[in-house]
Amino acid sequence: MSDTLIWLFALPLTGAVATLLLPRQATALANVTAVATTAVAATLLHAVSRQGTLSYEIGGWSAGLGIALRADGLSTLLLMMTALVVLASSVYASAYFSKAAERARFWPLWLLLWTALNALLLSGDLFNLYVTLELLGLSAVALASLGGKLAAVQAALRYLLVGLLGSMMFLAGVSLVYAGYGTLDLSTLAHTVEAGPLAWTALALMTAGLLLKTALFPLHFWLPPAHASAPAPVSAVLSALVVKAAFYLVLRLWLDVFADLLTPAAARLLGVMGAAAILWGSWRALRTERLKLLAAYSTVAQLGYLFLFFPILLAMPPGPARDAALGGLVILALTHGFAKAGLFLAIGIIQQRCGHDRICELDGTAQRLPATTFAIALGGVALIGLPPSGAFLGKWQLIGGAFATGQWLWVLVIIAGSLLAAAYIFRVLGHAFGNRAYPQSTVTVAREEWPALVLTGTAVIGLGLAGAPVWQLLGSNA
Amino acid sequence: MLTAHWLYGITGCLVVALGLRTALLHALLLHRLIGINVMGAGVFLMLIAVAYRGPGVAPDPVPHALVLTGIVVAVSATALALALARRLTAEQDDE
Amino acid sequence: MNLDVWLPLLIVASSLVPGLVIFFLKEDSHGTRTFLNLAGAAGKLVLVGVMIWGVFHQHNYETRWTLAPGLDLVLRADTLSVLFVTLSTVLWLVTTVYAIGYLEKSPHRSRFFGFFSLCVSATIGLALAGNLFTFVIFYELLTLATYPLVAHRGTPEALRGARIYLTYTLGGGALLLVGTVWLHVIAGPTAFVEGGVLGQLPVEYHGQLKAIFLLLLIGLGVKAALVPLHGWLPQAMVAPAPVSALLHAVAVVKAGAFGIVRVVYDVYGVNFADQLGLLAVLGVAAAITIVYGSLKALFQDNLKKRLAYSTVSQVSYIAMGTAILGPIGTIGGIVHLVHQGIMKITLFFAAGNYAETLGIHKVSEMNGVGQRMPATTLAFTIAALGMIGIPPIAGFVSKWYLGLGAIEAGMAEWVIPVLIISSLLNAAYFLPVLYRAWFCRPAPAWPAEHIPAARYETAGALLWPPVVTAGLALAAGLFAAAPYSPLEWADLIAQREYQL
Repeated sequence: MSDTLIWLFALPLTGAVATLLLPRQATALANVTAVATTAVAATLLHAVSRQGTLSYEIGGWSAGLGIALRADGLSTLLLMMTALVVLASSVYASAYFSKAAERARFWPLWLLLWTALNALLLSGDLFNLYVTLELLGLSAVALASLGGKLAAVQAALRYLLVGLLGSMMFLAGVSLVYAGYGTLDLSTLAHTVEAGPLAWTALALMTAGLLLKTALFPLHFWLPPAHASAPAPVSAVLSALVVKAAFYLVLRLWLDVFADLLTPAAARLLGVMGAAAILWGSWRALRTERLKLLAAYSTVAQLGYLFLFFPILLAMPPGPARDAALGGLVILALTHGFAKAGLFLAIGIIQQRCGHDRICELDGTAQRLPATTFAIALGGVALIGLPPSGAFLGKWQLIGGAFATGQWLWVLVIIAGSLLAAAYIFRVLGHAFGNRAYPQSTVTVAREEWPALVLTGTAVIGLGLAGAPVWQLLGSNA
Repeated sequence: MLTAHWLYGITGCLVVALGLRTALLHALLLHRLIGINVMGAGVFLMLIAVAYRGPGVAPDPVPHALVLTGIVVAVSATALALALARRLTAEQDDE
Repeated sequence: MNLDVWLPLLIVASSLVPGLVIFFLKEDSHGTRTFLNLAGAAGKLVLVGVMIWGVFHQHNYETRWTLAPGLDLVLRADTLSVLFVTLSTVLWLVTTVYAIGYLEKSPHRSRFFGFFSLCVSATIGLALAGNLFTFVIFYELLTLATYPLVAHRGTPEALRGARIYLTYTLGGGALLLVGTVWLHVIAGPTAFVEGGVLGQLPVEYHGQLKAIFLLLLIGLGVKAALVPLHGWLPQAMVAPAPVSALLHAVAVVKAGAFGIVRVVYDVYGVNFADQLGLLAVLGVAAAITIVYGSLKALFQDNLKKRLAYSTVSQVSYIAMGTAILGPIGTIGGIVHLVHQGIMKITLFFAAGNYAETLGIHKVSEMNGVGQRMPATTLAFTIAALGMIGIPPIAGFVSKWYLGLGAIEAGMAEWVIPVLIISSLLNAAYFLPVLYRAWFCRPAPAWPAEHIPAARYETAGALLWPPVVTAGLALAAGLFAAAPYSPLEWADLIAQREYQL
């Protein structure tokens, strides 16, 4: 079963090359690849839930010289989310891009991005992480610049420079780790790392680089323009998956590899930045005039929630309470991924219909597209964290953890963030109610609207009602 | 005791710092890009220093592999950045 | 199929599934929509009948689903939930008929009835909630389901009213959530147990428990329209009359009051709450609300706004009953949950009839309407007299028990005056309306006669619901001692709570 690990990034890579060589059949090839890869991801999920962590050594060389791939509960869940989001967005993108030239440029980069994501989630080796991180960044930038206009290119260039800066700092940290411990394998490092100036500097460098890539306040400045100017499916994947990949790395480094070095002060620093992200991001989302900017700022805010978990997790001793909180973190991340992707897809539909995405002029369009508006409503419910979404469960764990560890000030931030989110979401939804009766068919463009509905529906109903397995899967973390 | 590999290592750190300074403080796009490349060169220098395993012993090949991979990545990234920069100037001229 | 496990879920599903289907119906598929609505309501009625029988005979109906470690979604049928479920089901059936008539020519009916059904499903889920976690989930779902109903007309006033509604209810929901999570951290999963569980916690937690109660009270008090959290209720009057009827008699306001009853009786336990001094806090809040609401109602000319402030006042009788220690006070509060629902819905149906048939929105326009619309005005009269507390209508029974309970609990010095003052104020703002309707000469022309006088005074679907509910209000008072009456059921609840 460990071979599935290879297929997870070999398939999209092959697909990327195939779509490059055969541009006329690119859409069909890409969709086939998407379905196949999703099937493999599902198989992996099933296998990991039965057998626990799976690993695979590339080329048969053992750790030390070889590169190890590892799939535990956390990475498998994120892989599954990646697969489903990319699949749905691929279906959407098949209808979104009308010109053949756009499609020919889009699909190879899209599949390359997926390859990088999967490889990153599976890597068990620090340098491999650097390479996949770079690949991810480059393909993301190229995709973001596909919008073509001046704003898109400027935003993409800024994204690239910030990304490269982050990667360089990450690489500097990696080299320090190798200097100190002679190995780059994550599981070996988890056992050998000890507190000391070298380990501290390495962790600080790597974290700083990753925080740039995950757009944590105040290093978030590049994200709103980049996500707002990209084509809709690209924005969906950028907000839902690419920034999550960097966050996943922070989580791995802090909780698995460098766990012994961490102090409450460091965790509190991340928490404070997260709190600032929540408040600032939500405030800007409330004041913005454009739907895509609203969604982008919402991403900045939602990532803040994820970082609020750090001071709480680190104040808990290992045990069922900590596992419950970690599960809350993961389900919050998963819900946001699905919800934000669906939201961007729905916004893309609106933008195509009326040529712009200004909120105040939304009236007629929102009322003519009931399915799209409903997708936005579902996504919004998940972003606010109302039941029955998975985000509600995650928020519950966060608030519960804050009370249990006596850090109840975070609760105020969480509540303020939720109420601000409700304000900016319902500001948009208010436009869905009007006096005139439009001739209605519930679904207008099936290939575009169903993916948005399915994604947001998963966030709100799927993860909310059937989310218990998330905790079980994480518990199988060896 | 200022042996060669310590010299390499410290120089590497200094170069990284210099590159970082340029990347953060300069306004011109091309300067920033070069600054990032200089940072990369600095990190590679650090890695080469790390490869030293003692007098007379062959150096550790793993950091060398890392440096080679890193150079490839840096070149691709720079190429993308330059392509985007050209498109940016083209768009700005169109306006 | 084990009915014990599935029945609560089926009852929720009987309105949820038709509601979801209705969303996809075309606007003009009038027949299908009506069929789905009424079939769902009838089906729910049958299932509720089964549940009433079962609970009376000590059957244990429970649906349980794990959402996260330590967090179970529990739908359970106990005596209190049966009371609220029955009220909701019967009144939903009646309101559906009324709404079909009222929205005859309006746009977006599929959307309306879809959210209407979701609203009822959320209310039922809330009624059947077996622990505080489940209650909070359905409480928030209720907010989400009612927002589109308030905003339905899409006019700037409707959107503004909906925005205000949302601000209040989401804020309250947030406080409720924080209080519940805090309680979970201290006391573990808080299942609803008759007699409450928190009394067993050690003394050092008492300070936190008081703070938590305050949070829960404010969170629930928003929906229950406790002063000063009632501001949304008059603003939400922009909604169509069926929505106002549902919101004020069944769904939102009752949900808040129901929540307060649950928290005091089944989470804290009434004796423990009294020990911590929480009943006194609740009593004061209730008393202020009762008097304030009645005073404000006196000065409203808009009929629906007058009824809104009357609701603010009347729902706090339930809170007052909860604050009175002792089974008789408990019975008074709980039975008023049913009685006020039936009476208030009648009043709102009548108000809607006046608006739809004759364009009447203000009390000052109601001169002589009793001659033009006798049946509606008779229903209005019965309900209004019940509100004042005149026997043999249901409202009298509730006030009698409240007064008696206060005397038994030794709180007579301030409860009885409050009851008397509010009854006088009720008379002051209802009797003039009745006088105008019956005894004044009508104006030369009605503001806007939409439905001309024919064999019946107005459309059938608009006429029968208020008549039926007025009859129910009368019956609940006359036959209060009969088995399965609301009063008898409230008595049963009180017995199980005080372990008599």
